[in-house]
Amino acid sequence: MTAPASAPKSPATSDSGPYLQVNDLRVQFPTEDGVVKAVDGVSFSVERGQTLGIVGESGSGKSVTSLTVMGLHNSKRARISGQILVGGRNVVGMSEEQTRRLRGRDMSMIFQDPLSALHPYFKVGAQIAEAYKVHHPNASKSEAKKRAVDMLGRVGIPQPARRADSYPHEFSGGMRQRAMIAMALVNDPDLLIADEPTTALDVTVQAQILDLLEDLQREFNSAIIMITHDLGVVAQVADDVLVMYGGRAVEFGSVEQVMRRPQHPYTWGLLASVPSLHGDADADLVPIKGNPPSLINLPSGCAFNPRCRYAGRNGDRSFTEVPELHQVLERGHLVACHLSEADSKKFYAEDIAPSAGVAQ
Amino acid sequence: MTETLVQEPGTEPVKPSRPSGEPLLVVEDLTKHFPVRSGMFGTTGLVRAVDGVSFSVKPGETLGLVGESGCGKTTTGRMLVRLLEPTSGKITFEGKDITHSKGGGLRQLRQDMQIIFQDPYASLNPRHTVGRIVAMPLQVNGINPPGGVKKRVQELLELVGLNPEHYNRYPHEFSGGQRQRIGVARALALRPKIIVADEPVSALDVSIQAQVINLLRELQRELDLAFVFIAHDLAVVRHFCQRIAVMYLGKMVEVGDREQIYERPAHPYTRALLSAVPDVTKLGASGRIRLEGDVPTPLNPPSGCRFRTRCWKAQEKCATEEPPLTVKPNGALAACHFPEEGTIK
Amino acid sequence: MVRFLTRRVLVGVATIIAISIIVFGLFFAVPSSPAKVMCGKNCDPASIAAVETKLGLREPITTQYTEFMKGIFVGRTYSKGTPFEQHCEAPCFGFSFRNNESVSAIVARTLPVTMSIVVGAAVLWLLFGVSLGMISALRRGTVFDKLAIGVSLAGASMQVFFFGLILLFAFVYFTGWLPFPSYTPLTENPAKWASGLILPWVTLGFLNSAIYARLSRAQMLETLSEDYVRTARAKGLPLRRVYTKHALRAAITPIVTIAGLDIGASLGGTFITETIFGLRGLGKETVEAVQFLNLPIVVATVLLAAVFIVVANLIVDVLYAVIDPRVRLS
Repeated sequence: MTAPASAPKSPATSDSGPYLQVNDLRVQFPTEDGVVKAVDGVSFSVERGQTLGIVGESGSGKSVTSLTVMGLHNSKRARISGQILVGGRNVVGMSEEQTRRLRGRDMSMIFQDPLSALHPYFKVGAQIAEAYKVHHPNASKSEAKKRAVDMLGRVGIPQPARRADSYPHEFSGGMRQRAMIAMALVNDPDLLIADEPTTALDVTVQAQILDLLEDLQREFNSAIIMITHDLGVVAQVADDVLVMYGGRAVEFGSVEQVMRRPQHPYTWGLLASVPSLHGDADADLVPIKGNPPSLINLPSGCAFNPRCRYAGRNGDRSFTEVPELHQVLERGHLVACHLSEADSKKFYAEDIAPSAGVAQ
Repeated sequence: MTETLVQEPGTEPVKPSRPSGEPLLVVEDLTKHFPVRSGMFGTTGLVRAVDGVSFSVKPGETLGLVGESGCGKTTTGRMLVRLLEPTSGKITFEGKDITHSKGGGLRQLRQDMQIIFQDPYASLNPRHTVGRIVAMPLQVNGINPPGGVKKRVQELLELVGLNPEHYNRYPHEFSGGQRQRIGVARALALRPKIIVADEPVSALDVSIQAQVINLLRELQRELDLAFVFIAHDLAVVRHFCQRIAVMYLGKMVEVGDREQIYERPAHPYTRALLSAVPDVTKLGASGRIRLEGDVPTPLNPPSGCRFRTRCWKAQEKCATEEPPLTVKPNGALAACHFPEEGTIK
Repeated sequence: MVRFLTRRVLVGVATIIAISIIVFGLFFAVPSSPAKVMCGKNCDPASIAAVETKLGLREPITTQYTEFMKGIFVGRTYSKGTPFEQHCEAPCFGFSFRNNESVSAIVARTLPVTMSIVVGAAVLWLLFGVSLGMISALRRGTVFDKLAIGVSLAGASMQVFFFGLILLFAFVYFTGWLPFPSYTPLTENPAKWASGLILPWVTLGFLNSAIYARLSRAQMLETLSEDYVRTARAKGLPLRRVYTKHALRAAITPIVTIAGLDIGASLGGTFITETIFGLRGLGKETVEAVQFLNLPIVVATVLLAAVFIVVANLIVDVLYAVIDPRVRLS
C-alpha cells in the first residue's frame, strides 16, 4: 500500500522530512461483542508549518488515530500496530515514560469541550504552569507562572495576569478554548493535534479560534492536525486533507484536490450533503443513504459499499475486495476506490458537481 | 407515502382555514427575564434572556431563528410552545391570545403546535416502544383515528421514512437520525399547523443531517406546515427557511427573507455572523470580519445597541439610543443606526 | 466564602430550631399523658395531677416549648416554691423517669462511648476502604481488583451482629488474645481505651470499608474517564501525579459528603455494635429509653442526633467549597 507520506507534496523544501509520519497504523479494541477495528491500516504524514485536516463522521476512527499518536490509549486494552514516527522516533511500542516525555513537549493536543477538558478545581494559570513545569523541572514556580501568564496574553486573553487566577468556570467558552491552546503551546510543541476544537463554540468565536491557531502556527511553525466533521473548517484551515471512513483512509490529497476534485464517492457524499451559504438554496441536499457501519462487523469489500451509489460498477469487486489507497493521475492525490479514474471523473461531473456545497 | 396522511379527511373536525395573508402566529414584544439570586440575602439580578421580541409566522411559512448561544432563541421557542411562562408580551395563535393559556386551551394548542428537540435520545422515553411514543399525543388528547391508533402510528412511521414494522422496537435500537425521525413522527401525530424545531439536526452526523433536513423540507411542502426553526447553523437555516430572524443578546437585530439576509444583510452582526461561517465552497480564510471579544452577559447588557461593544461601526449614538427595527435599503427590518448596504461576496 | 459560610450556618441553625419544635411537639404534645407514663402503673389521679404540675404540662404548649428551650440554654427549676423544687443546670433536658438522673448527665456518660467507637471506626474505614477502592480502580481488571471487589461485596452484605459475634468468638472466647470490649475514658488510660474498643472498631470499620471501597472505586473509575484527566495525561504529567493530584481530588469529593453524613448519623448511636459488645453508649441508652417510654432521654438523644447531622452537613458543605471552587458561587 502506498503511504501518502511517500508522495511528498513539496520535496526538498525541508531537509528533515515530515515531522509526523504514520505508517499502516492499526488500533483494535477487544470487547465482549468482538474486536473493534477502530483504525485499520492508516498512513499519513504532516510537515512542520502545515495543517492536515482529518475528516470523518463519528466512528470513522479520526479521534482514535489522534489519541494513538499521543500515546493516550491504554496499551493493555488497545492492540496497536504500525509505525508512528514523531520527529523520527517511533511512538508505537515506546514505554509510557518515554511517550510521557514527548507529550505536552514535542506534541500536544486540544480537545472539543474546553470546559470538561480543564480541571474544574484548579486555577487556569496553575494548570498551564503545571504543563510547563513538568517538562522544565528546573524552572522555578514563579518562572512557570510567568510563562503561563505570557501564554495567556499571547492567545489573546485580556488582563492575563489577573485572569490566570480565575477558575475555568469563570471563563467564557471561547476564553476556555484559548486557555487550552495556551496550555498546549506552552512548551513550543512541534506537533499540535486539535480534536474538534471549535465544535462546541459559536461561529464568531470559532472564527476567532481558527484565526488564532493560524497565527500561532505561523509563529511557532508547528505541524497541526485538525480533526473535524466540519468540511467548512477543513476548507478554511487545511493544507492537506485525509478523509476517513470505517477506520480506513478513503481519500488523501491537498485541500485543492480533495475539496475541488474529489474522487471518492464518500467524499462526494459528504460534500453534497453539507448545506452551503452559496448555490441554490431550494435544491434538495443529496444525503448519503443509510448509516455509518459498525466497526466490529465492517461490510466485506469496500466498507462504504452499502451506502455507495456506484458500488458494483466493476463486477463484484466492491463487495469482495478491500480497495487499496492508490495514487490517481495527480501527484499526491490518493483514493481508495474501485472506480476507474475515467468513470470517477464522469460521475463527479455529471452527478455531483452541479449540487450545492461543492466548491466551484 | 405522504398521500395517506394528506388524503385522509375528516378524522378530526376540519378547522376553518384562515385566509393566507393572515399570520398563524404573532409574537409581540415577548420578554423573558430569569431572576438570579446572588449575595447573602438573595438579592436578585435579572438575566434578560429575551427582551422584547416581535415576529409573525404565516401558515405554511418557515421562519428561521438564528443567533449564537445566549441570544435567546431557545428561550423564545420554549415560550411559543408554552414550556416557559413569558415575563411579558403577547403570543397570538390563529387570532387567539395564548400567552397564558392553561388546561384545556393549552391542550387544544398542543394539537396545533408541536415541538421537536435537539437531542433525539433524551426526548424519547427509553422504556416505551416507538409505537407507544408516537401514539402518546393521540392518547393524551383522546383521539381515536379511523382504523385505530396502531394504523395511524404506522402511517406516521412510514411518512417519516421508518419501517412501520418497527412499531414494537425501543428507541435504543435506532440510530441518531432514526431517533430524530421518531421525534418528527410524534410531532406530526396530531397534524399540527406549526412545528417549533429547536436545533433538530445539530446533534447528527453530516450525512444523516442532510437526510433529516430533506425529510423536514418534504413534510413542510406536502403538509403545508409552518415552522419556527431554531438553529445556530446558518447554512442549514438557509436551506430550510424562507424568512430568517437574527437574534443577539435577547433582541431581534434583523428580520428578512432569505435573499435579504444572506445576500444583502443590513445589520453588521448579520454580516459578521455570515462571514464567520466556514464554507466548503471557499478554500482558505479570506476576507472574514473578525468580531472581537465575547458576547456580553445578559445580566447586564450594554446600553443602547447591544451589539455596539463588538461592532466596528459603533459611534456615540449607539451607546445612548437603542436602534428601533426599521425597514432598511435591503428591504429587511433591522435594528441599526448605521446599516450596511450592498451585496456580500 | 464568608458569605457562603454565614448562609450555611444560618440555614443550619434554622433547621435545628425546626427539628426541636417537631420533636417537642411529637413527644410532649401528642401522647395522651406523659405524666401517667412517668407516674407508673398504680397511680391515682391526684399524683398524676401533681406530676403534670411539676413538669409544667398544664401550661399552654407554647410556654412549655419556651421553658423547654430555656432549660437547654440557661437551665430551669421544676416545681418552684414547693418542697419538691428541683434545679436543673443548663443544658437541661429534664430528668430520667426511671431513676431521676439528670438527662444531661446520662448523655455526658454515654456520648463519649459512642464517639470513641464511631471516630475510631471511621478512621479505619476511611483509610482502609477508600484506599482499597482507589487502588482497585487504578488496577482495574487485575487480580487485586477482582479480589477487592469480592471481599467488599462479602463485607457489604454482612451484618454487624454476625461479624461482631464471629470476632468475639475468635479473639475473646477462643484465643483470649483480646479482653472483652469495655470502655475506659481516653483521658484515663489511652492504651486501655484502645484495646477495649478494638473489636467494635474493626467490626464497624470493616463493614463500612466494604461500602466505601465500592463507592471509591466507582467514583475513581468515573473520574478517570473525565476529559480533564485525559488533558492531564496529554500535558505529559507522570501517571502518579495524574492520579494523586488530578483524579483523586475530584473523586474524593462525593466521598467526603457521604462520610460526613455517615459519621454524623452514627454519632446519634450505634445500637447494634454497642449491644453486641456490651458498651453503654448513646444508642443502647436511647433504645432502652424508647422501650420504657423514658421521654426526656428520647427527646434529648433525638435532638442531639439531629444536631450532629446538621453540623456534619455544615462541615461537608464547607469542605466541599474548599475542594470545589464552583460551589462557592451559589
